[in-house]
Amino acid sequence: MKNHDNHISSDSANWTVLLILLILTTLSILAIKIHVGAFTVALALLLASVKVTIVLTYFMHLKFENLLLRLMVGGVFLLFAIVIAITFIDYYFR
Amino acid sequence: MTNTVTKEPLNYLNHETGLWSWLTSTDHKRIGLLYMYSITVFFCVAAILGLLMRIEKMAPGQTIMTAQTYNGMFTIHGIIMIFIVVIPGLAAVFGNIFLPIMIGAKDVAFPKLNLFSWYLFMTGAMLGLYSQFANGHSPDTGWTFYVPYSAEASSNVVVALTAAFVLGFASILTGLNFIVTIHRMRAPGMTWFRMPLFPWSLYATAWIQLLATPIVGITLLMVIAERTLHIGFFDPSLGGDPVLYQHLFWIYSHPAVYVMILPAMGVVTEIFPTFSQKPVFGYVPIVFSSMAIALVGYFVWGHHMFTSGMSYESRWFFSFLTFLVAIPSAIKVFNWLSTMYGGSVDLKPPLLFAISFIFLFTIGGFTGLALGSLATNIQLHNTEFVVAHFHYIIFGGMGFAFFAAIHYWFPKIYGRMYSFKWANISWGFLFVGFNLLYFPLFIVGIQGMPRRYFDYDPKFQLGEALSTIGAFILIIGLIGMITNLIYHSRRGAIAPANPWHGVTLEWQIPSPPPHENFDEIPVITHEPYRFDHPHTN
Repeated sequence: MKNHDNHISSDSANWTVLLILLILTTLSILAIKIHVGAFTVALALLLASVKVTIVLTYFMHLKFENLLLRLMVGGVFLLFAIVIAITFIDYYFR
Repeated sequence: MTNTVTKEPLNYLNHETGLWSWLTSTDHKRIGLLYMYSITVFFCVAAILGLLMRIEKMAPGQTIMTAQTYNGMFTIHGIIMIFIVVIPGLAAVFGNIFLPIMIGAKDVAFPKLNLFSWYLFMTGAMLGLYSQFANGHSPDTGWTFYVPYSAEASSNVVVALTAAFVLGFASILTGLNFIVTIHRMRAPGMTWFRMPLFPWSLYATAWIQLLATPIVGITLLMVIAERTLHIGFFDPSLGGDPVLYQHLFWIYSHPAVYVMILPAMGVVTEIFPTFSQKPVFGYVPIVFSSMAIALVGYFVWGHHMFTSGMSYESRWFFSFLTFLVAIPSAIKVFNWLSTMYGGSVDLKPPLLFAISFIFLFTIGGFTGLALGSLATNIQLHNTEFVVAHFHYIIFGGMGFAFFAAIHYWFPKIYGRMYSFKWANISWGFLFVGFNLLYFPLFIVGIQGMPRRYFDYDPKFQLGEALSTIGAFILIIGLIGMITNLIYHSRRGAIAPANPWHGVTLEWQIPSPPPHENFDEIPVITHEPYRFDHPHTN
C-alpha cells in the first residue's frame, strides 16, 4: 500500500503552495469587484475549487496515493460540482 | 431443534455481563443491538403518536386534540421515524451486527468510532425528544423544516434542527466506518464480486450517508443562523431565497430515501436465495443496480419541488431522471422473483415478510411514477396520496424489510428460535392493517384531501375511518410481533447454527456468534449463494 510510505514534501514546495493559495484568496476578494452578474457565484466557486484541489493534492498528500483513491476523491468532488451546477441552472432559467 | 438446557458456550452476549459492559462495548454486534433496542423504543413512541393522529381523524372536526397539537404530533412523528428510525434502522442495526461477519472480519474498521456514533445518535435522539417538552411548544414545521415558516415559528425549531444535525453526524460516521471496513477488512479471497449482496447494499448506502448528509447538516445550520443571526440565506427581504432551502434540503433528503431502502433491498436479496435454496438470479445486475440507484438517486431531488416555483427546464429534467431511477429498482424486483422461480420455496416468516416487501414496495414504486410525472404531480402534490405513497415505500419497504431481517437473523443473534405460529399471525395483522391504513389514503388523496390537515370535509370520512381501523389492526400486529420476539429471545427453543440452511458466512459460525466472530479468519474460494457448498473452504 502506497500510503504506508513516508512522503515528506520539501519546504520550498510547501511555501510555493502557500503562496499560490494566498494569491488565489486575494483574487477571490478582488473578484467581488468584477461584475459578471449571475456568474459571480460560479467564479467564486471556481477559484475555491482550484484552492481545494491544491490543498488536497499537496497538503493532504493525494498526489502520492494510488489511482483508485484519487479517482474516488475526484468522483466525490465531481458529484458535488454537478449537484451545485444543477441547483444553479434552476436559478439561471427561472 | 432441542429444548435441552445446557451451559451455554461463551459468545458475544455472555462473555461480559452488566450494563457497563454494554455501554462501553466496542463489539459491533453489541453496538448493533444497542441501536436495535433504542430504535425500537423510539419506533413505539412514534407509532403511538401516529395512532393518536389517526384517532383524531376518525371523524371530521376536532375529536381528541387541537390543531396545534396535531401539527406538533405529525412533526415529531416524522422527525423520529425519519431521522431516528428509518435512516439509521437497517444499516445501523443489521449492518453493524452482520457486515463484519459476512465479509469475514472480526469487527468494523473503527470500533471505538462505532460506539461513539451510537452515543451521538442517542444524543440527537434525546434532543429530538427534548424539543417536544422544552420551553415553548413543540416544533410544528413538519419533518422537512420548510422555510420561511421554520425561520419564523415560535416553537422549539432550533432544538429540533440541532437534533437532526447531530443525528446526521452519527449517520456520517457509520457510513465512513462501513466504507473503510468493506475496503480494508474483507477476508482473504473475498474479491468484490464474491461479496454477499447485503454488504454491497450497505456499501452503496454508506456512500450516500457520507456524501449527502453533510449537505443537510449545513442547511439546518443555515436555518439556525437565519433564526438567530438574521443572515438572509432564505428570507427574500434579506436577499435570500426560500426555494434554495428546498433545493438544499432535498439534495440530502431524497438520497436519504435510498439510505432507507437500499439496505432493505439488500436484506431481501439475502432472504430469497436462502428460502428458495437457489443461487440469487443475476448477482452482477443486482450489484450494479444498487450502485446505479445510489448514483441516480442523487439527481432526482427536484421532483419534490415541481410546484414550488422551480424553472420549467429543471422540472422536466428532474421528472426524466425520476423515471430513470425506476429502472434499476425494477431490475431488482425481477431478479428477486426469478430467484424464487423454480426454487425450493419454503414459506417461513422471513420469506413472508420479504414477499410482502416486494408487493408493498411495488405499489409504492408505481404510485411514485404518478408523482414523478409533471402533469399528475400538480393534482396530487401535498395530498394524502403522497402520504400513502411515502408510507408504502418507507414502511412497506424499509419497515417490512426490517421485520424480515429480524425474523431471518433472530436465531443467529440470540441463539434461540421464535414461534412461527405467532410470527405468521402477526404478519397477517400487519399486512392487512398496513393496507387498510394506507390504501384508502390514495383514494382520498386523489379526491383532493390535503395532507397535514387535522380536520376534513365529511365526504372523506369513509376513507379516513377505514384508515384509522387499519391503524388499530396494524398496532395489534406490531404488539404480537414484538411480544413474540422479546419473549423468545430468552425463552425460545435453542436454535441450531444454521436453521435456514444459509450459505453466507454468518451461518457458518455458532449461534450466537463468538465475541470475535471467527476463531480463524475464513478463506473465501468462490462466489456466494452456491448451495452446493457454503461460502468458505
